[in-house]
This record gives sequence, structure tokens and C-alpha cells, in this order.
Amino acid sequence: MSEAPTAVLRAEGLVKTHHGEGAPAHAVRGVDLCVRRGEFVAVTGPSGAGKSTLLHLLGGLQRPDSGSIWLDGERTDAYSEARWAVERRRRIGIVFQFFNLVSNLSVADNVELPALLAGVSARRARAERAELLAELGLAGKERSLPGELSGGEQQRVALARALVNRPPLLLADEPAGSLDSKGTREVMRLLSRFHQRGQTILLVTHDARLASAADRVISFFDGRIADDVELGGAASPGAGVPAVLELRD
Amino acid sequence: MRLPLLALLARGPAHGYELKQDLEQLLGAAYPQPNIGQIYVTLGRLEKSGLIEGEEVEQSSRPNKKIYHLTAAGQEALSAWYEETSDEPRVRDEFFMKLALAPQTGLADQITLINRQRRHYLNTMRNLSKLATADHRDNRIAQLLIEGAMLHLQADLDWLERCQEELEKPE
Repeated sequence: MSEAPTAVLRAEGLVKTHHGEGAPAHAVRGVDLCVRRGEFVAVTGPSGAGKSTLLHLLGGLQRPDSGSIWLDGERTDAYSEARWAVERRRRIGIVFQFFNLVSNLSVADNVELPALLAGVSARRARAERAELLAELGLAGKERSLPGELSGGEQQRVALARALVNRPPLLLADEPAGSLDSKGTREVMRLLSRFHQRGQTILLVTHDARLASAADRVISFFDGRIADDVELGGAASPGAGVPAVLELRD
Repeated sequence: MRLPLLALLARGPAHGYELKQDLEQLLGAAYPQPNIGQIYVTLGRLEKSGLIEGEEVEQSSRPNKKIYHLTAAGQEALSAWYEETSDEPRVRDEFFMKLALAPQTGLADQITLINRQRRHYLNTMRNLSKLATADHRDNRIAQLLIEGAMLHLQADLDWLERCQEELEKPE
């Protein structure tokens, strides 16, 4: 078969309204989206634009009011909560702003847990964990508890946990949102590195610096896609750089 | 570039090409290098206004070179430069005026303008982050220059976002 590569992730007509106290909030108002294998896509927009809700829908953490999602071409409408939980171990890795590590488990256990839950042997889980932690500069921290690590280190543990089962898709929800400038640069560098090795990434962020690491940026306003642009393409003007760095006469 | 050249001469006399190399070394490859012609022109102007003085030095097989040193007036101008604080960066006023006047001209849609400007900034941001991770990681001054540019650009992007939020609302 010589058809175009299947989209890792596809969404059509996604709608989600939050009914809390007060007026209903239209978080996602009709979104069509396609993420191809190997792409690194950033979704940016002001807080409250609905971009986190969008990511939650795409990861099965929330259910849309209407619309459909396909993972690797497979329609997920009929997935149960349990099925989504399985997919979040196998096909989708997720990192969050506040890391969401299990606070009373060691770094090593936090990373190995999803592998063990996915039915991987203890030996292989250990091997995968050791490789990832070394790669992320966390060798020697295996026995630490998350609370003993800096924010940047905790986010790297969360990244290892999300990638331990080598999911085809990584979802990242404001991964640098609670980190300082140095931590942000670190996350940026690591996401770029995994992407260069072929990891498909969908990143939600309000941080334009982080978004610029992606090769495609979607601007999200008021529950809708306002713009969708490939960065670094042939038509992209790179002339901005000398001009912004140059000293004035 | 006038005052940076004066500042480089505060250390001691130097000729034009040395000053160009000093700037390059300080700011790294990321910085768009001033060409040697620009430097000679600026040095000529500085000499004319009495802030530096040049001395011809004979070279055996090449044309003479001119070695410059700071004058007392130059020293003073440099001290004054360090005494004053610098101006704030300005809002991108050209884009702002385009945006503000767009509805009256009927020539462009405001949201389209914002989207296009954002694409331009994002591409520049991407190039800057590439520079930051490229080969000048060891040059702290160059890193700070790039980081400064990125933070400014981020502020511009945040501001575009505010414009879009505001202008998409019905009046």
C-alpha cells in the first residue's frame, strides 16, 4: 500500500462546553486537527482559550460533547474510560504542568510503574527506566522521592514516565508552566531532542519561546483555531534575526 | 556603534581591524558582524568630532594602518554614556499604526494582520532558539544577547495575543 502516512492523531468537529456555576463556558468550539507521524505541533493562546481542554479531549481525559477522535486511524468514540487508560499507557504519553508524580514512590518506581502496568517484564521496565533517566540527566536520582527534586528535575522524571512505553504520541500540557527560565530551556531542549529522533509531539503552551521549538504552531483563541502555520518552511523570512540582534548606529 | 567603539578603545590604542575582531569575539557569531567599512567610517567620524585620534603606522609590505586612541573628550563622552540609563525599547510602532488604521483604510483585516505578524515573529523566534542552542553555548555575552532578543519577542507575541483577544470581541 502506498497511501499517505496515517495521522497519529485526528480530530473532527470537537466541541466541549463546561457547565459549572454561572454561564456555560464554551472551551472548544468545533476543532478539526490532524497530527502526522513525526510532527512536533504547538498549540498556543491566552489562558482560558480552551487549549488545555483540547489536550484533555485528545488524551481521553475528558469526553467531547460532539465530534470524533482517531488514534492511528482508529475511531475512539466507543472507547470506555478503561480503554482510554490503556491507550494512555500504550499509545499516548502525557506530561502535565504540575508533573503529577506519585509523591510516595521513588523516581525509579514512578517511571517503571506505567511499564509494569502495561505488562512489561520487571527486568525490561528497569532497563527502559535506567536508559531514560540516564538520557535525561537523572542517573543517581533513582531512589529520591519527587519532593526531594527541583521542579525541572521532576518534569524530567515525568517526561521519562510518559515515554517509558515508547508511545507514538506525546502530549505535553504547559510542561514548563511552573518552571523558571532555565527549566524552560531544558524542557525545550529535551522535547526537541526526542522530536529529532522521530517522537510525535503535541504541546500546549502559552510560552512563545517553547512553542518556537515546534515545526508547526496552532494559534488557539476562544475555543477555535485562529491560525495554523509551519515554521522554518521555505517561505519563512529568517531576516528577522540579524535585525533584532544588531546594535543601533 | 560609536560608543561601543569608544568603549573598546578605553583599554588601549587599537586599529580598525582589531576592533572588529574584538567585537566579534565579545558578541559571538550570533551577532551580525559590522563590516570593516562601517567600522572605518565610524572611526573617521569619531576622529572628526575629536573623540579619538589616529596615528599612521608604516607597514613594510602593506598600506599604512592607523592606530586610534581615546582623547580626553572621548574619555568624557564614554563616562557620560555609562552615567546615563538607556531608553526603553519601543513598541513596534509601525505595526501598531498599521493595525490601528486598518479598519479606516479598508485595505486589510486586523486579525489577518495579526496572524501574519505572528507568523513572522514565530519564525524569528525559532531562528533565535536555534542560535541559542547552536555553537555559541560557551559565550555568555552572546547567550544573553540572544535571550534578551527572545524575551522581547515573547513580549511582542503576548501583546499580539492581547490585540487579537480584544479585537475579536464585538465592540
